[in-house]
Amino acid sequence: MDIIKPSKAGTYESNDIYIMLFPGYEENLIELESVVYDCFGYQIKKVIKDVLKENNINHVLVKAIDKGALDYTIRARMITAIKRGVSNE
Amino acid sequence: MNELRRSLLFIPGNNPGMLQNADVFDADSIIIDLEDSVSLDEKDAARILLKELVNAIIFKNIELIVRINPFDSEDYQKDIEVVKNLNIDTILLPKADIQSVKDLDNKLTEINSEIKILVLIETAFGVEKVFDILETSDRCIGLMLGGEDLCVDLTCERTKSGEEIFYARTRLLNAAHALKLKAIDTPFTNTNDEAGLIEDTNFAKKLGFTGKASINPRQITSINKCFTPTIQEINHSMRILNANKQALKEGKGVFAIDGKMVDLPIIKRAEKTIVVAQKLGLIKNSGEYHAN
Repeated sequence: MDIIKPSKAGTYESNDIYIMLFPGYEENLIELESVVYDCFGYQIKKVIKDVLKENNINHVLVKAIDKGALDYTIRARMITAIKRGVSNE
Repeated sequence: MNELRRSLLFIPGNNPGMLQNADVFDADSIIIDLEDSVSLDEKDAARILLKELVNAIIFKNIELIVRINPFDSEDYQKDIEVVKNLNIDTILLPKADIQSVKDLDNKLTEINSEIKILVLIETAFGVEKVFDILETSDRCIGLMLGGEDLCVDLTCERTKSGEEIFYARTRLLNAAHALKLKAIDTPFTNTNDEAGLIEDTNFAKKLGFTGKASINPRQITSINKCFTPTIQEINHSMRILNANKQALKEGKGVFAIDGKMVDLPIIKRAEKTIVVAQKLGLIKNSGEYHAN
């Protein structure tokens, strides 16, 4: 699946994560800002990578601004951003 | 699943912070809302968030309800496609009418789903047709009154005293009780008016509502308290049931307590009170009352 346009999902609210996807990169890159980066940065990136892999996304830059989201929220926002990025709507 | 349905709390469907804490507010049921509290351009995000939430978090001892978008909206079909496969208890169907209940029932039946339907009656037409709407599907566990939308349809102002929805309240109650179903009252929308909430909830209970919807977690304690039997009500009900046992032994049809005749309707009401008290753990096995 290819991301054909920049897309975003989520909010800057507490317990949420703001995800932006940018197509056209050689490989997947992740830029993460998080209020809990020291403790959970690795885990957040792992969830992001898992969703990219599940959806066969290979050439995007993921910019993520995390406000303490749980895994289910990170997954949901990633899936939403991907669906928005692959759609022409 | 919690089937008490004294308090039903609406939670915006695209708010992770509230969703993941949905079971800490002490409501008997939570209603994850995909309709009014989610903007049109975030409906897709809310559906995905709901799916991931339900797959990741198990809510114990609470009824999980999802309010989908109305039958005549573009999002109805998309909501159903997601919600029908989730581990939820009930769908709250807004602006319910016979056609929409039939359609939802068919879609759930196609996949052998056990999800129940709670109909939201919030149009003048719905109020007039409520009995038929409830009878449309065996999945219907009851109804909820939507006072705000109903007042828009009635072209009247929604007031604190609620005279404008009195007819709807009583008509809906009669239909629900005639079919032995639950009747949930409309939310009290001024979240800063605790006294007003208590007055409105007590009035709803007095009319015959079995529970009340809420739009703010701060309202839950007051609503639960109103729909929980008091120690006096429980003791009185137990006296009636004990006296009834004795009367049956002695072959008496009717009997009196404190000079007042006790007949079948009063016995049934006492039984209902005790059932609720037992579900809430307010009565020990010995029959003794204890506050929890």
